[in-house]
Amino acid sequence: MEFTDILISLIKIIVMFVVVLVTVAELVYTERKISAWIQNRIGPNRVGWKGLLQPYADVIKLLLKEDIVPTAANKFIHTLAPVISIGVAFSTLAVVPIAGETISMFGREVQMVIADVNIGILYILALTSMGVYGLTLSGWSSNNKYSLLGGLRSSAQMISYELSMGLSVIGVVMVTGSLQLTDVVTHQAGWMWNMVLQPVGFITFVVAAFAETNRTPFDLPEAEPELVGGYHTEYSSFKFALFFLAEYANMITASAVITTLYLGGWQVPYLELLQLPSGIVVALQILAFVVKVAFMLFVFQWVRWTVPRFRYDQLMDLGWKVMLPIALANVIATGIVILLIS
Amino acid sequence: MELTILFYVFAALTIIPAFVVVFSRSLIYAAFSLLFTFLGVAGLYVLLSADFIAVAQIMVYIGGIMILLVFGVMLTKQATDVEISTGIMKTLPALIVVGFALGTLIMVLTGASWTQIGTIPQIEGTALELGELLMTTFVLPFEVAGILLLVAVMGAALIARKPKEVQS
Repeated sequence: MEFTDILISLIKIIVMFVVVLVTVAELVYTERKISAWIQNRIGPNRVGWKGLLQPYADVIKLLLKEDIVPTAANKFIHTLAPVISIGVAFSTLAVVPIAGETISMFGREVQMVIADVNIGILYILALTSMGVYGLTLSGWSSNNKYSLLGGLRSSAQMISYELSMGLSVIGVVMVTGSLQLTDVVTHQAGWMWNMVLQPVGFITFVVAAFAETNRTPFDLPEAEPELVGGYHTEYSSFKFALFFLAEYANMITASAVITTLYLGGWQVPYLELLQLPSGIVVALQILAFVVKVAFMLFVFQWVRWTVPRFRYDQLMDLGWKVMLPIALANVIATGIVILLIS
Repeated sequence: MELTILFYVFAALTIIPAFVVVFSRSLIYAAFSLLFTFLGVAGLYVLLSADFIAVAQIMVYIGGIMILLVFGVMLTKQATDVEISTGIMKTLPALIVVGFALGTLIMVLTGASWTQIGTIPQIEGTALELGELLMTTFVLPFEVAGILLLVAVMGAALIARKPKEVQS
C-alpha cells in the first residue's frame, strides 16, 4: 500500500462523508416538505430561499443546547451508544459502488467504490447486525424505563427482520453467483435488474429494510404516544443530533443498498450503444445512481406519511409468520428455476 | 510491515478486553468487553486472509450471540447491580493448575517444529471454495449441524412457551 493509494482512499471517504452529511440535512427538509404536501400544509418556508436553509438552522439550534446526562445513567455507555449508531450507518456505504467506469486520478485508474470487498453483501449484513447495539445500549444506559423499552423493542425488531433480509439477499446471490457488489451491479446490465428477476425478494427486502431503519410503519422503538421518545428520550444536544443523523444516514444507506442489489445500481440501460466518451459515461452512471437513491428516499418518506404504525404483536407476526416463509419460499423457487434453466 | 503493526493492534484488541472480562466486577462491562474481543478475533481472521470466516464471526458472535448475552444481562436486574465475586481464593491449588497448564503450553510452543511460510499467497477470497466444500465433501456434517441447531431452536421454543391452560 503506497502513499498515493491511501490518499485516494482518503479522498473517496471524505467526499462520501460530506455528500452524505449534506444529503441528511436536505432530507430533513424534504421530509418536512413532503409531509406538508401530503397533509395539505405549506411546510418550512422562512429560512433561506423556500426554507432550504431550515435544516442548518435546526442543526445549529441543536448543537447550542445543553448536553444533559442523567445522574443515574452509565456515562461511558451512554456516550458510546450514539457513536456506534453513526459509525455503523456510515461504514456500510464503503462497499457500495456508485459508477462502473474508472476515472484517472494521480495517474491511476480509480474505481468508483471505497472498498471493493469480495464479500460485500456479507459485510453489509454483518454491519446491519451491529447497528442493534447503538439502540440497545442507549436504551439500557439511560436508566429510564421508556428508553429501555424502546431499546428492547428495537433489538427484537431488528433481529426478527434481519433473517428475512438475509434470506431475500440469498436470492440475489444465487442469481448473480457472487458476493461482490460490483459483480452484482455488472450482472444487472440492460433491463435485467434484480427487481425484475427477483420480484418477491425485492418486496421482502424493502419491507425488511424499512424495519431495519426503524421507519414508519415500523418505528415502534420511538413510538411517541407510548414511549415518550423511545431509546433517545434521555439524549440531548450533540448526542441527540448524532442519533438523528444516524437515522437519516441509515435511510440513505438502505436506499443505496436497495439500489445496488435490486435497481441495477449505476446501470443505465443500453448506454453502451451510444459509444460515449468514458468521462460522460461516469457522470451519467453517477447521475443514474443518485436518481435511483433519491427515488428510494422519496418512497421512504412517502410511506412514512401514508401508512400508520403497526402494533407490536402485528409487527412480530408479520416478521416471523409472513416475511420469513415468503423469503424462504423465494430461495427455494429461485433454486428450482436456476436448475431448470441451466 | 503494516500487517505486523495491524496484527499487534488486533491482538491487543483481543487480549485487553479479555482481561476485563475476567477481572471486571460488573457483569455488563464484562459482557461488553467480550464484544471487542470478538471484533479483535475477526480482525485476526482478516489478516489470515480468511475473509468469510471473519464476516461470519461478526455476524454470528457479535450480531447474534452477544446480543442475546447483553439482553440477558440487561433484563436481569440483579445481574447488573450485584458484584460478581472475582476475589482471590484457593491460591495454592490454582497456582499449581495454572503453572502446570502454562508449562505444557510453553513446552509445546518451544518444542513443536512450526512450518513457516515466507510469503503469504494472495487469495482471491475463500467464500467460493468454502461453499463448494460444504455442499460436496462435507455435506453430511453440514446438514447434521443444521438439524442439531433446528432441534435446539424448537426445544428452546417449547421450553419458553406457556403451558396450555387445562379447560375445565
